[in-house]
Amino acid sequence: MWTNFPLFPVRASNFADKVDPLYFFLVGVTVFFTLVIFLTITVFAIKYRRSVHPKAEQIEGSLVVEVTWTVIPLAIALVIFVWGVSVYYSYGAPPKDSLRVYGTARQWMWKFQHADGQREINELHVPVGRDVAVTLISQDVIHSFFVPAFRVKMDVLPNRYRTVWFRPTRTGTYHLFCAEYCGTAHSGMIGSVVVMEPGDYETWLASGGEGSLGSSGEKLFRHFGCISCHRSDKGARGPDLAGLYGREVHLQDGSTVMADENYIRESILAPKAKIVAGWQPIMPVFQGQVDEEEMLELIAYIKTLQQNPLNVNPNAPLPNEEQRKRNPQVEPQVIRP
Amino acid sequence: MSAAPSVAVEPREHYLNVDYGIRSWLLTTDHKRIALLYLISITVMFFIGGFFATLIRLELMTPAGDLVTSDTYNKLFTMHGIVMIFFFLIPSIPAVIGNFVLPMMVGARDMAFPKINLLSWYMYIIGAGITLYSIIVGGVDTGWTFYTPFSTTYSNTHVFGAVIGIIFAGFSSIFTGLNFIATVHKLRAPGLTWRRLPLFIWSHYATAVIMILGTPVVAISLILVAVERVWHIGIFNPALGGDPVLFQHLFWFYSHPAVYIMVLPSMGVVSELVTTFSRKRIFGYPFVAGASIAIAVFGFLVWGHHMFVAGISIYSAMLFSIMSYLVAIPSAVKVFNWTATLYKGAISYRTPMLYAFGFIGLFTMGGLTGLFLSALGIDVHVTDTYFVVAHFHYIMVGGAVMGYLGAIHYWWPKMFGRMYPEGWAKVAAATIFIGFNVTFFPQFILGYLGMPRRYHAYAPEFQVLNVMSTAGASILAVGYVLPLIYLIWSLRYGEVAGSNPWGATGLEWQTTSPPPTHNFEETPIVTEEPYAYDKQPEMEFVA
Repeated sequence: MWTNFPLFPVRASNFADKVDPLYFFLVGVTVFFTLVIFLTITVFAIKYRRSVHPKAEQIEGSLVVEVTWTVIPLAIALVIFVWGVSVYYSYGAPPKDSLRVYGTARQWMWKFQHADGQREINELHVPVGRDVAVTLISQDVIHSFFVPAFRVKMDVLPNRYRTVWFRPTRTGTYHLFCAEYCGTAHSGMIGSVVVMEPGDYETWLASGGEGSLGSSGEKLFRHFGCISCHRSDKGARGPDLAGLYGREVHLQDGSTVMADENYIRESILAPKAKIVAGWQPIMPVFQGQVDEEEMLELIAYIKTLQQNPLNVNPNAPLPNEEQRKRNPQVEPQVIRP
Repeated sequence: MSAAPSVAVEPREHYLNVDYGIRSWLLTTDHKRIALLYLISITVMFFIGGFFATLIRLELMTPAGDLVTSDTYNKLFTMHGIVMIFFFLIPSIPAVIGNFVLPMMVGARDMAFPKINLLSWYMYIIGAGITLYSIIVGGVDTGWTFYTPFSTTYSNTHVFGAVIGIIFAGFSSIFTGLNFIATVHKLRAPGLTWRRLPLFIWSHYATAVIMILGTPVVAISLILVAVERVWHIGIFNPALGGDPVLFQHLFWFYSHPAVYIMVLPSMGVVSELVTTFSRKRIFGYPFVAGASIAIAVFGFLVWGHHMFVAGISIYSAMLFSIMSYLVAIPSAVKVFNWTATLYKGAISYRTPMLYAFGFIGLFTMGGLTGLFLSALGIDVHVTDTYFVVAHFHYIMVGGAVMGYLGAIHYWWPKMFGRMYPEGWAKVAAATIFIGFNVTFFPQFILGYLGMPRRYHAYAPEFQVLNVMSTAGASILAVGYVLPLIYLIWSLRYGEVAGSNPWGATGLEWQTTSPPPTHNFEETPIVTEEPYAYDKQPEMEFVA
């Protein structure tokens, strides 16, 4: 118990250098004002105690004094506010060339999927010195991704993708905690982030994996029968998905939307929420059919599409009868105008 | 001890001895008797909540979750929070002290709506009864914050009962607030202008505004939780088409202002204590009074600071951050004014004043650590850790409970006509101050280290600080049990107090102790501003 007794957390990411100085500034402000109040009260309480100062002198107040002790704290507060905003801002959008990792949270475990196909549970391996962006979604309740050594925390929501990023600055193994109360084993929803030398990381990446995320997604794309409607030829009953990711999509109601992960996810789970201009709202609802891990794979695949999959491989099989029986609701509906 | 004029009085009729029958208590409309009903009820709830806290601290002595199961632990911190917040802290000063002294302070015979006042207590009792029933039949494990979709879909505990109990408690708080506002507007004694109102009244007026405007919103959000839970109507659960973060907006719209419901009344108490025990006018009366109103108004515009990592946009985060700094300024102004009031006073160290000192010190630390949490960049790291736990306990226990205990000691002679034992009371006040700091200061360090809150088991490197915290909690427990013993003892054996043992200026001290049922033999007329201690005859009482 006494051998490992830290009073300050390890500093292992770029954010530690931003957060800690502001923290120390605030500790300084707190100590200063606490001492001012404590000492003033102590001095007054002793100097004007009733036994030596039995008759109080009445003082009405003073506008100058009131203004002074309103304006000075306000000025200090504004400094802290601006400083706090600037730190918060740096947590925002991850740098463009970040290493992308995808993860799902559920009661009570973390699952991470690397682009090359490595999957891990309650462990996250990342290389030192490289910007890492982790996109997360929850399968059930709200969780929170918290790595104290990185000074990074982000709530993981069940209805949309959110991305947290960091640049590890020190190799080692650090705590990963769930910081939003999520039920029985909340305190067991912990893991570790392993920061490795880039070479070791490459070795680790190559040591396993079940094919890339995109290739798993392609299988699902065929399995769910997406390919039978989303095509570029005359048989298409839905928009061609080639080059979709990152493009503006025109909707039936005249608005446009950026095709990001959240848009694609919503369009799969609840296709009627945003209808693409020029198409009938005939796509079946996949809510409850695709779990969040499969969704990540599907999206990874759709992101890779530069051409319609049928054009690349026209002989690839369409969903077979057995798959259709398993997923009767994906039976394509034929609309005759 | 007090050398206040303890004139041997004939047994006279007052609100306590006017009738001893059980019906005379349960059907009373006397604000003083209702205050005592509340005093007994919230004391019971306080020790129930304290029992849960004791088990939490015992569990956390070791890193492994070995004393109770995870499910039990989750229920313990949930029920500690629900009981302490909704059934102790929110009613504490308003429903006990406010009920007792507010009508007397404005020179009224009773509240504006005495029957609604009694209804308020019954609402509280029904709410407390339903909540205690939910606890006995199995408990609740959602945390007192009821975050969705966990509370609506995933928890297998008695969420519905707890939610209904809290809604009833909310109505009791609305009724109390309604009475405060009506009484202050309509029943002030002749000459008691707004600028002559004691600061206790100003802070309770501000509290009442929050109670009336905020409480309906928490009732609505909890009803929506119940609706989704029972009928599966999609409001918060995305699987049903709802939005989980919406709940957080609704919940904190009340539950942040609720912090001011807990601490504003304490601030009012401290203004009374500091003036009485330094025999001085308050420094900067309009600023202290105005600060209460400013806190109540700005307090409604800061709820988003609970959600900086929950997925709100950077612009709304900035707005909530700057508003949080603005609401901190009036609190700071109050602290400075109390401190300045001591200057050239004639200060005595009676127990209520010790609690006032304790409040100012601990509230200052609680407030300053709030600056960390409103700083966007720091909040990312410390939110949902023990830093938050430490911060709000400094405000709610270091602040609100210190003020409550100060108030209980200060008005005890008025309520029961007997003095509490000064020596024991000072020992208890010191014990509580020390115990509190040993319990909660280590938690600031734990929080920055990264220990998340609501953890049943934790990493071994956090153990030393947790053991310190548990040790402090055992000191704190002694400090809380002491007043329970000596205050009950004093009801029979305490020194007879007389009508004004502190030589204070408030109207409530002009009537006898305990007061007659209708408070005043004749309606008082106010000719002075409050705290006119220069006009008050000198009292002989030792520092």
